Amino acid sequence: MSNQHMGKAVPHDSAAKHVTGQAIYIDDIVLPAGHLHGYVSMSPKAHAQITSMDLSAVRTSPGVAAVISATDVPGAIDIGPVLPGDPVLADGWVEYAGQALFAVAAGTESEARAAAKRADITYDDLDAILDIETARAQGSYIVEPYAITVGDAQAALAKSANQLSGKLAIGGQDHFYLEGQVAVAMPGEDGDMLIYSSTQHPSELQHLVAKVLGKSSKDVTVEVRRMGGAFGGKETQAAPVACQAALLATATGRVVKVRLDRDDDMMATGKRHPFHVNWRVGFDADGVLDAAAFDYLADCGYSPDLSLAILDRALFHADNGYFLKNALIRGFACKTNKVSMTAFRGFGGPQGMLGIEAVIDDIARHLGIDRLDVTKRNLYGRDGTRDATPYGQRVEDNILPELIDQLEASSDYRQRRTEITAFNASHSHLKRGLALTPLKFGISFTATFLNQAGALVHVYNDGSIQLNHGGTEMGQGLNTKVAQVVADEFGVPLDAIKITATHTGKVPNTSATAASSGTDLNGMAARDAAQTIKARLAAFAAEQLGADGENLSYADGNVLIGEKTLTFAGFVRQAYMHRISLSASGFYATPKITYDPATRQGRPFFYYAYGAAVSEVVVDALTGEHRVLRADILHDAGRSLNPALDLGQIEGGYIQGLGWLTTEELWWDGEGNLKTHAPSTYKIPAAGDLPADFRVAFFQGENREDNIGRSKAVGEPPLMLASSAFFAIRDAVASVAGNRLNPSLDTPATPEKVLMAIEDIKQRRDTEQ
Amino acid sequence: MEKSILRLTLNGRERADAVDGNVLLIDYIREIAGLTGTKMGCDGGECGACTVLVDGEPRLACISLAASAEGHDVETIESLAEGTRLSALQKSFHQKLGSQCGFCTPGMIMASEGLLRKNPDPSVEEIRTGLSGNICRCTGYVKIIESVQDAAERKAEGDAA
Repeated sequence: MSNQHMGKAVPHDSAAKHVTGQAIYIDDIVLPAGHLHGYVSMSPKAHAQITSMDLSAVRTSPGVAAVISATDVPGAIDIGPVLPGDPVLADGWVEYAGQALFAVAAGTESEARAAAKRADITYDDLDAILDIETARAQGSYIVEPYAITVGDAQAALAKSANQLSGKLAIGGQDHFYLEGQVAVAMPGEDGDMLIYSSTQHPSELQHLVAKVLGKSSKDVTVEVRRMGGAFGGKETQAAPVACQAALLATATGRVVKVRLDRDDDMMATGKRHPFHVNWRVGFDADGVLDAAAFDYLADCGYSPDLSLAILDRALFHADNGYFLKNALIRGFACKTNKVSMTAFRGFGGPQGMLGIEAVIDDIARHLGIDRLDVTKRNLYGRDGTRDATPYGQRVEDNILPELIDQLEASSDYRQRRTEITAFNASHSHLKRGLALTPLKFGISFTATFLNQAGALVHVYNDGSIQLNHGGTEMGQGLNTKVAQVVADEFGVPLDAIKITATHTGKVPNTSATAASSGTDLNGMAARDAAQTIKARLAAFAAEQLGADGENLSYADGNVLIGEKTLTFAGFVRQAYMHRISLSASGFYATPKITYDPATRQGRPFFYYAYGAAVSEVVVDALTGEHRVLRADILHDAGRSLNPALDLGQIEGGYIQGLGWLTTEELWWDGEGNLKTHAPSTYKIPAAGDLPADFRVAFFQGENREDNIGRSKAVGEPPLMLASSAFFAIRDAVASVAGNRLNPSLDTPATPEKVLMAIEDIKQRRDTEQ
Repeated sequence: MEKSILRLTLNGRERADAVDGNVLLIDYIREIAGLTGTKMGCDGGECGACTVLVDGEPRLACISLAASAEGHDVETIESLAEGTRLSALQKSFHQKLGSQCGFCTPGMIMASEGLLRKNPDPSVEEIRTGLSGNICRCTGYVKIIESVQDAAERKAEGDAA
């Protein structure tokens, strides 16, 4: 194996196609003549019994080829990915505004849309639960509340010298992948179905399409070459449109495309879970936590989807990087009449961390100690003490103390703190704020069985290589990284390798490309496949070329066999002539991880990824407007496989997190209709929202675990770096009242909320005086 | 809907097509002209993915009627490269990792092209403003801004396009 590609800043393999418009997304595929467009009609009601559904006028509308409702589904109606609860089309009642009612296929999208308007549907309204507190009061849960516990939090709280309690409401987030949900269904012979989908989870989608069609997985093939962004929003949420397209294709025998219009996409598909976090903590005079009791209440929407795993991950990250000797961390999976909330970059982890970061913030202000000092004093230990997480995993790879020290110095944190204090003292309405927040993020799917991957590598007898793996490309550069791994195994240039579309016929039974694990899992599986082929080549070389198999080395497009150098192409050609198989599948299962869901103890994570950020903001205390003046990031990607791609993940993650915490507001009206369903009302960061001064660096180190190339996963963790901006805003707000009172500020910290927090803290200050 | 003959110049070539009066420019470009490089992102003129140039000015093709381009000069992402030779902006977005998922990229590059034609040496602030109507959900814009700066330098040094 050579090391010519791993660790290098190689551009994205599709970049040349991206910049010329040649990259093909689902909506760009040229479809055969006679193809149809599907349209899915959505419920206007948040919770209602459907008393009648008359679709006769829809059927006779111009251009319509088929209209289907739940009664027309040949197989199962439920497409819940883990637990039941998600009907592909409404089955007698609706549980959220935006839920799919029926689907129409017509010659054009506008014909299908116009036809759908002719439906005559009547409802009996039912009471709708539209917020977390109502769900809790009524005991409306997806599962019964549960807890992770360590020590005795209640007893320790009672004995603590200082106690504080507080709460934080955390908003959800729409993914706003630039390419919306889309699928094409192509019927074949025997009722087989080929699906082109923009999905992170081809295997699950294959399974669900088979299920609604009343077929089995062998009858359905799913292909995805690339997605125009996903961020978790295409893990389960790609399946409904694919299933609806497949049903319409079955009903008509024709190719059907379903592509959601953006407003429909935002109303119909799941989002990041809104949370409420309530806490009570006890701590000593230095701010060191003795005990913490957290209640995490997740707004799961109407169905389970992935909410249980997401709530688990929130609870697993209630510690962030901090040692909790006594903790009671309770989780409440609230069922509401909203769209089913789903995976989104971080998968509950960001909400988990935000809770304890708010605790650290409050303790610091309460004691009059700098937030950074409270942060440092509570970090996990490094010498085998203070290293047990509430769920029993030991933090063996803690680099946060060192990482934070480096960032503190490189960002001039202390000096800027002094300057900001002076600035705030001399400015009446512009207020600056500063905060450093760390992150520790567990890497692995918490459902242990998902931590497996497969790959299929073909070496052709001209020396070119086709690489398939079970992961999906959504812009993160997974294909590029896996190709770097395989290129180094065979010692060939990257352009000797063709990266092909992910295809359920090539690699079966895959897990979603999710949990930041794409490269870790698929890189290892592809390497395994390459090594299987190399083992055969070594045996061949020993037998036919008299070589010592151990001494084969691959580099620069050549193979060094003992003293002899052959070109890679010449060598594999010889192997082929001697009837050696040049194709192999590979497999990988993450080692070391075990977790017992019954006791909620174990080692759910192979390793942790770390990072920290310092953000400085300025807030206009008269309007609540704010901007990030400077952000400094130090992030741990282990020994990065591709620093250029990883840098893009870090920068993009911070900005996406900044949107989540400061501008992107999901707002439902009193009837449960999402009113912020387009970028006109839902503010996504634009180029102008970038910090004026943005400094990103990698922490130098390598993964202690034997992960691919000693790298670390980098997909989700950087999103959480943006919490520094939220706490910097909180810092600025607190400065209005002398930095003693804790602001009441929820997320997203929009100018409106910031202004209200400022007015509130002023009032509290004045009442005190 | 009555069809009428739409005459315009698309990527340097004159065309005449029978087009319904209510056809959007993006549908004309993607479906009638068969150029799928221009993307539909938000369906409402708010994300910039559909940006093309009309007489050299950035225009949102998803909220423009095809008929409004009658007699005008329309340029899409497909017009920039000469054969396999990438334009300065394309080279820079490629090499500086200005794209991740690539879906916003054609619109982002066309908006940048419009900007650089007017202002060949934009400041960072001018690039931010010039691209403020184009949403990218992946990159955080750092590398997009660097790509535009890099392209401006390439052009200044006489690189083609």
